[in-house]
Amino acid sequence: MVQDLGRIKETPSQTAGPYVHIGLTPNFCGIGGVYSADLGTSMVNDRTRGERITVKSRVIDGSGTPLRDALVEIWQADADGFYNSPAEMRGSGDPNFAGWGRCPADMDTGEFVFQTIKPGRVPFRDGRLMAPHITFWIVARGINIGLHTRMYFGDEEKANAEDPVLQRIEHKVRVPTLIAPREGNVYTFDIHLQGDRETVFFDI
Amino acid sequence: MSNLKPETGSFFQRDRDWHPPALTPWYKTSVLRSPQKALISMDNTISEITGPRFGHNIIGELDNDLVHNFAKPGESAIGERIIVYGRVIDERGKGVANTLVEFWQANAGGRYRHKKDQYFAPLDPNFGGCGRTITDENGFYTFRTIKPGPYPWPNGVNDWRPSHIHFSIFGDGFVQRLITQMYFEGDPLIWKCPIIRTIPDRAAIERLVAPLDMEATIPMDARAYKFDIVLRGRRSTFFENRKEGN
Ligand SMILES: [Fe+3]
Repeated sequence: MVQDLGRIKETPSQTAGPYVHIGLTPNFCGIGGVYSADLGTSMVNDRTRGERITVKSRVIDGSGTPLRDALVEIWQADADGFYNSPAEMRGSGDPNFAGWGRCPADMDTGEFVFQTIKPGRVPFRDGRLMAPHITFWIVARGINIGLHTRMYFGDEEKANAEDPVLQRIEHKVRVPTLIAPREGNVYTFDIHLQGDRETVFFDI
Repeated sequence: MSNLKPETGSFFQRDRDWHPPALTPWYKTSVLRSPQKALISMDNTISEITGPRFGHNIIGELDNDLVHNFAKPGESAIGERIIVYGRVIDERGKGVANTLVEFWQANAGGRYRHKKDQYFAPLDPNFGGCGRTITDENGFYTFRTIKPGPYPWPNGVNDWRPSHIHFSIFGDGFVQRLITQMYFEGDPLIWKCPIIRTIPDRAAIERLVAPLDMEATIPMDARAYKFDIVLRGRRSTFFENRKEGN
């Protein structure tokens, strides 16, 4: 026998189910008076640094139908590329920008809308700069474990071309699934769960 | 044991054989909602080892008391009064301090306060069904609620969910983010539930079943169930590989 490594396995995931709103956005589903506001609904204030942008997204199933009961959380760096997190060791993030947002799908259209700022560039593990990106985490009824992906910015062609994460995707034809086109100040990021245009999801 | 310096190592790889796979046809909704291509694997970057923080100041006095947080003054929710408590730790056994834990559930009759829930069981005017808390410096949390009822759901013609409480947990890095469900010791519906059977390993399922704890029970008031939650652990950063000379 040898000594025990003392590791405990992670608690297994279970679907968020159809009533995830009750727990995470109760005001959105009509349960008022418990919390003053739903967490993660407003990301920026007047003093937040950076370019104001809108991110519009949908999560689309294998039949082409947008999910109307999904919930998405996003996590991103501030305008200078710093995260507002204790594990950020390179500097401190903008105190007026937490970098985290949470949004339930519109119950009719399935659309998510985030009002945020365009993040700065963050270094990869070897010091090369990654292109600006926003991390997405998706949960819903029928999704057994939360899905991680990244949104990159359509107007950052040069940075995207040298991004170490995008470069790592073997099938280049799949890279555009992570890149959101820009129109005015709006980026549109449709996430496909299945099919020819299935979005790249990460085990990260 | 204090941990003054934040940890910045990357997280242990997730054991995808321990978690439910994406495609589980007996849970019908998963069929059109499961990615079919392989996930792209990659070690964590700063974008993954960091994560949002929530201050204790966001938590209201009744946020962890579902018996009262939606009830009219002087009234309380109907049902079996219970305490749920436990500890959020990581795979190394270290407590996860100051992390947000959110929970939601059906009422004692198995009905959710949600416009999409059409089950016959009545709403309880004094029960909302949501609560939250932040773990203490050692990772402990606790809340008071009523035991949720089981409910039928449209999947097979006669599928029932066992009594359960949904949990959402953050941790310190965004890739620790986890949603799961807690079940109650002794419930015969556990082993018939298609959603629970998405988890392939019986030992993993048992990790979601909370035992009754008579020692934590408050006599003449509420029984107690213990539910510990384990998040991904971090690798040490002592010997991170970096270019020589840096
Ligand atoms: Fe449920």
